[in-house]
Amino acid sequence: MKRFSTRLLAAAAILALPAAASAHRQWMVPNATVFSGTNSWVTVDAAASNDLFFADHQPMRLDGVKVWAPDGSEGAIANGSTGRYRSTFDVKLDKPGTWKIGTFTSAVMGSFKANGEERRIGGRPGGGTPPLSVADIPADATDVKLTEVIGRNELYITADAPSSTVFTPTGKGIEFQPVTHPDELVVGEPASFRFLVDGKPAGGLKVTVVPGGKRYRNDDGARDFTTGADGVAKIDWPTPGMYWINASLTDDKPSAPRATQRRMNYVTTVEVLLP
Amino acid sequence: MREIAMRTTPFLLIGGMIAAPASAAGTINVTIPQLKVAEYHRPYVAVWLEPAGGGAARTLAVWYDVKKGGNEPGTKWLSDLRAWWRKGGKSAKMPADGISGATRAPGTHAIPLPADLKPGNYVLAVEAARETGGREHVTLPISVPAKPAKAAGKTELGAVTLSAR
Repeated sequence: MKRFSTRLLAAAAILALPAAASAHRQWMVPNATVFSGTNSWVTVDAAASNDLFFADHQPMRLDGVKVWAPDGSEGAIANGSTGRYRSTFDVKLDKPGTWKIGTFTSAVMGSFKANGEERRIGGRPGGGTPPLSVADIPADATDVKLTEVIGRNELYITADAPSSTVFTPTGKGIEFQPVTHPDELVVGEPASFRFLVDGKPAGGLKVTVVPGGKRYRNDDGARDFTTGADGVAKIDWPTPGMYWINASLTDDKPSAPRATQRRMNYVTTVEVLLP
Repeated sequence: MREIAMRTTPFLLIGGMIAAPASAAGTINVTIPQLKVAEYHRPYVAVWLEPAGGGAARTLAVWYDVKKGGNEPGTKWLSDLRAWWRKGGKSAKMPADGISGATRAPGTHAIPLPADLKPGNYVLAVEAARETGGREHVTLPISVPAKPAKAAGKTELGAVTLSAR
C-alpha cells in the first residue's frame, strides 16, 4: 500500500506541471492556415490529449493565448470558450501577412524542504493550497531544487502573402525560424525548419512530428528528426493534413535565480496541402 | 528566409515590355466539363505559366465570382485554388486587368498566350476548384514559340491544349 500511495503522489506532482511535462500532448489546431483577403477569421481548437487532434482529456486554458499581428502589433482572440474537453477561439485576420497565435510560458517550478516537510514551488493555481513562489522559500530551507520552465505553443496563420516578422527571435528558450514558410507546405516538398535555443541554432535537437487523425489509424505515426549543426531539421510530408511538431530540451543553463536546471518545450501545428 | 522573400511580384512582367515577337503567338484552350451533379457551381479556375527552370509564375487568367461582395466576397475562396495561391495568387491584387474575370460556363475557353512571352520552356498550369465539388490541377510542359501540346484533366477539367496560333 505504501508504495502505491507514493506512486500516486508522484503522479499528482507530474500533473501539476504544464502539459509539456506530462504524457499528454498540448495542441492547438486551426481550421486552416492559408486565407485569402483580410476579411477572414481563423478558428482554433485547443486542448491536451494523447491522440492528435482528438479532444478527450482537458481543454487548454485561454488566458495565456496571445496574438501577434504581421505588423508587429498585438492582436486579440475573440469568442473564446472553454468546454469540457477543448477550448475554441477565433482571430480576425484583418492585416495581410503571417500571424502568430499562441502561448509563451516562463516559470520556475520545484521543491524545497523546511521543518522536515517538502513544499512545492510553482504549478497551477487552484487545488488545495495556493502555489508557492521562489520568494516564499524560507532562509533555512534545505534541498532547494528549482527548474526553470520555458514553453511555447504557436500557430502561424497567413492572410494573402506570407511575411516573416513574427519569426523574429527573442533569444529565450526554443524558438522556430522557418527556412521554408510554415504556411506553404505541400506533400512531396520537404520543408526546412530551423530551431534556435537562446537565439542560436540548436544543433542535434530532436524534433518530433506527428500527423493528426490518430483515431483513424492504428499507429501513432510519430517520426523523429534531428537538427543539423545549423539547427535545421528537414521534414518531409507523406500525406496532406495537420501535423503536430514538438521539440524539447533540458539543460543546466537557467536564467532564473537559484534554478539549477532549465526545461524548454516548443509546440506548433502546421498544415500540409496537396501540391 | 530567402525562399519567403523570393515568391512575390508575379505580375510585374506585364507592363513596360516592348516589341511583341509574332513567334510567341499561341492559344491555350481550357475545357470545363459538363458535370451531372445535384448542386453545380461554376468552378474557380486559374491559368498560369511557370518557367521550366524555376522562377516566378505568371498568371494568365483567374475566373472567380467577381460580383459577390459583402461579408464573404468572391475573393474569399481564391485560396482554394491552392497551387495557384501558393505560386503567386497570394500576392495578386484582384480584380486584375486582362487577367481576372467571372467564372465560365462548361465549354472550351480560349486564352491567348501573351505576346511578350519570351521564347523558352514553360509549364502551363490550370487549376479548377468547385464549390461543393472537387479540385484538379493539370500541368502541361510547353515551349515558346508555341508548338501544339495537350493534356487533360479527369474530373474538374477537360482538355487543356496549346495551339500555335
